[in-house]
Amino acid sequence: MSLKNINVALIGNPNVGKTSVFNQLTGLNQQVGNYPGITVEKKMGFCKLPNNVKANILDLPGTYSLNASSIDESVVIELLLNKNDRLYPDVALVVTDVENLKRNLLLYTQIKDLEIPTILVINMADRMEHKGITLDIPYLEQHLKTKIALISSRKGHGIEELKNLIVSYKTISAEPCLNASIIDPEYFNSLRHAFPNQLLYKLWLVITQDVNFLNLERNEIRSSFTKSHSDLKRLQQKETIKRYQFINDVLKEGLKIDSSVAKDFRSKLDRVLTHKVWGYLIFFMILFVIFQSIFEWSKIPMDFIDSTFATLSTLAGEHLPSGMLTNLISQGIIPGIGGILIFIPQIAFLFLFISILEESGYMSRVVFLMDKIMRRFGLSGKSVVPLISGTACAIPAIMATRNIENWKERLITILVTPFTTCSARLPVYAIIIGLVIPDTYVFGILNLQGLTLMLLYVIGFGMAILAAYILNLILKVKGKTFFVVEMPNYKLPMFKNVAINVIEKTKAFVFGAGKIILAISIILWFLASYGPGKEFKDAEKIVFENAKENPLSSTEFDNAVASQKLENSYIGLMGKSIEPVISPLGYDWKIGIAIISSFAAREVFVGTLATIYSVGGTDNENTIKNKMAAEINPVTGEKIFNFASGISLLMFYAFAMQCASTLAITKKETNSWKWPAGQLVFMSTLAYLVALIAFQVLK
Amino acid sequence: MQTTIHSLKKGQKATILDFDIDLIPLKLLEMGCLPGNEVELLQIAPFGDPLYLDINGSHLAIRIETAKLIEVELINNITK
Repeated sequence: MSLKNINVALIGNPNVGKTSVFNQLTGLNQQVGNYPGITVEKKMGFCKLPNNVKANILDLPGTYSLNASSIDESVVIELLLNKNDRLYPDVALVVTDVENLKRNLLLYTQIKDLEIPTILVINMADRMEHKGITLDIPYLEQHLKTKIALISSRKGHGIEELKNLIVSYKTISAEPCLNASIIDPEYFNSLRHAFPNQLLYKLWLVITQDVNFLNLERNEIRSSFTKSHSDLKRLQQKETIKRYQFINDVLKEGLKIDSSVAKDFRSKLDRVLTHKVWGYLIFFMILFVIFQSIFEWSKIPMDFIDSTFATLSTLAGEHLPSGMLTNLISQGIIPGIGGILIFIPQIAFLFLFISILEESGYMSRVVFLMDKIMRRFGLSGKSVVPLISGTACAIPAIMATRNIENWKERLITILVTPFTTCSARLPVYAIIIGLVIPDTYVFGILNLQGLTLMLLYVIGFGMAILAAYILNLILKVKGKTFFVVEMPNYKLPMFKNVAINVIEKTKAFVFGAGKIILAISIILWFLASYGPGKEFKDAEKIVFENAKENPLSSTEFDNAVASQKLENSYIGLMGKSIEPVISPLGYDWKIGIAIISSFAAREVFVGTLATIYSVGGTDNENTIKNKMAAEINPVTGEKIFNFASGISLLMFYAFAMQCASTLAITKKETNSWKWPAGQLVFMSTLAYLVALIAFQVLK
Repeated sequence: MQTTIHSLKKGQKATILDFDIDLIPLKLLEMGCLPGNEVELLQIAPFGDPLYLDINGSHLAIRIETAKLIEVELINNITK
């Protein structure tokens, strides 16, 4: 018996609990990679089925129909139209919500017309009784020509039965539900004669929309079967009406709703959450809680990770046989890894909040609340979601713009999203705020450092809005504006979904960004441990000569040698060479090194400083923060990280486009180098100017 | 009385009559915005736009510019 994996595609409208079904089927056997470097729009997972069969479960973006009106939806269509795709499904699961069955079945009838074996999954069955809904399953199965799995993904009911259905997918009908061609028999007949080997509905989809179709020469179909836009749309309307007629007929017998049972919890909550005063107040309260928690609650685990790695580094230095390898481990690798792991608590908190807001249905209310305001800046209410997600990472955030139908609004959102404070900036912010902002409380309860952090988020968001406003005035992009947002029912977020999301995203951060950070840490260590000239090789002699007049203690001598070496190492020379450019901003060459190395990804900044200060260690301090606090500018005798240079650095990192992955995703999503190049030049120039002004004013 | 969705009051219900097929997004049709179906205005966003509707059981928000395109007939005037 062949043990081929079955390809299963999960398809469904947004907000039907598709992700819960995916999580129930796959658990933690998922591959989601959308952090630095990799961009995957299709979520994959594996599932063990009865009889030792394995299934690849593919979670496709939520879509209302097979007529794509956004990029997200065209991902679904492109897969379903391309039989040669490696991921082309053997069986499709159309997930529906029992409360919105009528609308959900529209998509189902379209999928059926593609003649793919399709199982109808009716989710949230646990709410049926509560809502007064009864279903005649045998009747529905007969008329919809399928097998139905009645499940509750929240409670895990019906999942085993669903797995059994998937295994026996070959017995499931691939017959279409209805004959769409009667909307214009003459036209469809001529189509059929021209392409006898093609599925009629597929041809129709190719004609009506802009997707890449690999098997057919679409130009050929287009030229001979073209109709005016308006005629096509009229036919699509006819098609939609016909589908709804079919669905209504089936549901008239198969579905009974006793509406007296339904209750209006949603409308009560809506009245408060979308209220013109309370709505905004609640929204800003939520944001405030998120930012305070990121700073306050994360402190304890972060301090613990910080000191653990400092101890590890010291232990490794003391106990391993001394030599180059030990130095690499204790000064390069351990501080490098520590520099990544320390941000896990903050990143986990951010994703925790974002996924709770998404899961509960609250995000749609925010979209509703903010649309009018955002539109003034050339954005859409839907831009709020990318802008908030951008606080985690710009890459998934930019991908989240795909559900914005209007190209101009979407383009502007993509271009300004990198201004929002992503989690990669957190390391930089956290450490600099810790150094230059006092740890005091204002009004008794508000932590000043937390407030500063929040202010930085506000600055990032404000800059995004301002840039959007300017772009809206400059850009001349044509495109029809329209805006349709579903307002899903409120749901209690599911622990399992939130947990999986947090774990997956954090894992992606640690392994995705971590690899880059670790590699750069090691390279930096080498560059900092070797130098080209005499000044490096003969460091000891030089220090000895210089110190002839006032002799140094042995520790002082060692430190002076280490500094001399670092200054003349390869990296030291690089840092020195850019010093003239960055000294007006208040930075020395060590910070210069960190800025160069963090160009690829911001979070490298702290790891770089950790490595540099470990190599050039001039004191007995253990952690990076203490080492940075002790740094003195040899010329002025003042601390390197003072208020002015600290604020200047914060401003630089707030605006600079230091993320190769974001540039890559902008290129991918806009399909042009013009936009990422513009982002890079604009943001970097802005960052430099703002940092310059900040330092010159404050110093 | 014939009017457009845009002029409905909160809580008012109406039957969809007609719209300009060239201007209205197909997505809205697929969500159930078709002649003969019922629509109820549930909420109006702060600053008056967008509108939060129940169209044939679908809960959705659309902008006023779209709402102005959809002709409806009031089902019953809410008692004031």
